[in-house]
Amino acid sequence: MVDADGAGAGDSAVEGLGEPMIRARGLRKSFGEFEAVRGIDLEVRPGEAFGFLGPNGAGKSSTMRMVAAVSPRSGGDLTILGLDPGTHGAQIRARIGVCPQDDTLDNELNVADNLYVYGRFFGLPKREVHERVEQLLAFVQLTEKSRSKVEDLSGGMKRRLTIARSLVNRPELLLLDEPTTGLDPQARHLLWDQLFRLKQQGVTLVLTTHYMDEAEQLCDRLVVMDKGRIVAHGSPMALIREHSTREVAELRFGVGEHDALAAKVEDLGERVEVLPDRLLVYSHDGEAVIAQVHERGLQPAAVLVRRSTLEDVFLRLTGRTLVD
Amino acid sequence: MASTLPRMDLAERLPAWEGVRRQTDYWLTVYRRTWRGSVVSSFLVPLFNVVAFGVLLGGFVDVDPARLEGATSYLAFVVPGMLAAQSLQTAVGETTYPVMGMVKWNRVYYSMRATPLRTSDLVAGHFSFILFRLATASAVFVVVIAPFGLFATWWGAVGAWAVQLLIGLAFASITYAYTVRLRAEEGLGLVYRLGVLPLVLFSGSFFPIANLGPALEWVARLTPLWHGVDLTRMLTLGTVDWPLALLHVVVLVALVVVGWWLSVTGLAKRLAD
Repeated sequence: MVDADGAGAGDSAVEGLGEPMIRARGLRKSFGEFEAVRGIDLEVRPGEAFGFLGPNGAGKSSTMRMVAAVSPRSGGDLTILGLDPGTHGAQIRARIGVCPQDDTLDNELNVADNLYVYGRFFGLPKREVHERVEQLLAFVQLTEKSRSKVEDLSGGMKRRLTIARSLVNRPELLLLDEPTTGLDPQARHLLWDQLFRLKQQGVTLVLTTHYMDEAEQLCDRLVVMDKGRIVAHGSPMALIREHSTREVAELRFGVGEHDALAAKVEDLGERVEVLPDRLLVYSHDGEAVIAQVHERGLQPAAVLVRRSTLEDVFLRLTGRTLVD
Repeated sequence: MASTLPRMDLAERLPAWEGVRRQTDYWLTVYRRTWRGSVVSSFLVPLFNVVAFGVLLGGFVDVDPARLEGATSYLAFVVPGMLAAQSLQTAVGETTYPVMGMVKWNRVYYSMRATPLRTSDLVAGHFSFILFRLATASAVFVVVIAPFGLFATWWGAVGAWAVQLLIGLAFASITYAYTVRLRAEEGLGLVYRLGVLPLVLFSGSFFPIANLGPALEWVARLTPLWHGVDLTRMLTLGTVDWPLALLHVVVLVALVVVGWWLSVTGLAKRLAD
């Protein structure tokens, strides 16, 4: 079982880098009869960027809320920064930063006040918080918006403000739940740049996402979650190597023809996936697949050769796509 | 099993006052943007009420003082009732829509919970702000009605003011416990229609509960607001019946204790899910 032996224990690449920031063994979370997290094992080492990749409802956010020491676990062991969140929640929360999926900013306070009052919750002295607010506004490029009301900010600005807020206590570990969901491409790239900078400063990043490009861009290591379990773990490259071919040929035929045509191209690659709108032929040479498709007299409306991504890994492991 | 695991934050040693102190700047910022509205509601509204109901309408109430629970005029009777009713309304006003906003609309509580603050700190911080609102609103009320010469003694006036904090906190804690458990805000309307309105009208604020008849009079005696109204009235009129006053205080303190416990457990459950 992949989920039984865990993500961290077997990964020699990260062994010996100090005490884990997060260690989970058989971690569970249930809401009544529903089991959101069904026994996961993982370790996150200092300084790495670690991702949870999976579709909505995979158990990513439930896991993050347990790691953030706000949601009690239903079973298993969990330590954050070497402490048990069940007994040392406040001590853990004092040293981590949390950027939740929904911004939870106070819409009636201005941008700077949102950061200021938040810094005070951590018991930071007034002068120190004022200095910190200025630094953070500069870091997320919101200095000019300092006196603006939060409700007047764009989605990307609100997200950056939430990230700035999560950094107010200089956290050793930053938890980001779906950090770029709902943002336009430009805003996403700006945010990724800021997360890269934090990583360079030595902050350990843990993020959930259902965007495979985000996971590939940001994560040194990730786990793929599905239905409350970890179905694979490793670096993005290793996962792709292990669970997919180098290239994918995408063939688009007429509506409703894909199921019937799958049999005719089955032998052209290692594997064929049928999606409602296209066929995916997994092969080490995509161009050769396309050439053979044409040789057989098939005439797809559109063809595309691309490299395998984590989306393909997910499709292979679960039979489903990441974004419904 | 969840029940066999340690409770969240069991081993924390952050003192309670420190948790409240860290939230002072937050509540000050909140108050800076709302105080203008509260000046109208806590200064002008009581003045209008006292003038309209006590002086002008009360001028038509020609009643034997023997039936006014020790008051010499209807004005002297109704003003303490209105003071206690105002504390109820301030408390409920602060613990319905504002609390719903923090758990459901802007979810500010969720962001506060991600800091070292514990659930009990959040409730204590919020209640401290409500106490501040009650203290200022009832101080203004007492000052506004002082020129009418309605306080028998100066310590009675101070006592009546202090009692408002207790009345307000009792209603605030019970209402807060209800609001944090509420999923849909439509339930807040019920608090006003089935809670505030009947209490204000029938708990002895505007007329002696003896007028209700023997059966309903006992119902009125069981309502928490009656305990507050009667206590305020005793202090205002200088007719303190100490054993009964003690009973009133015990009832109100019990409500605060139960309400506090239900508030903290309710908020903890809400924020954990």
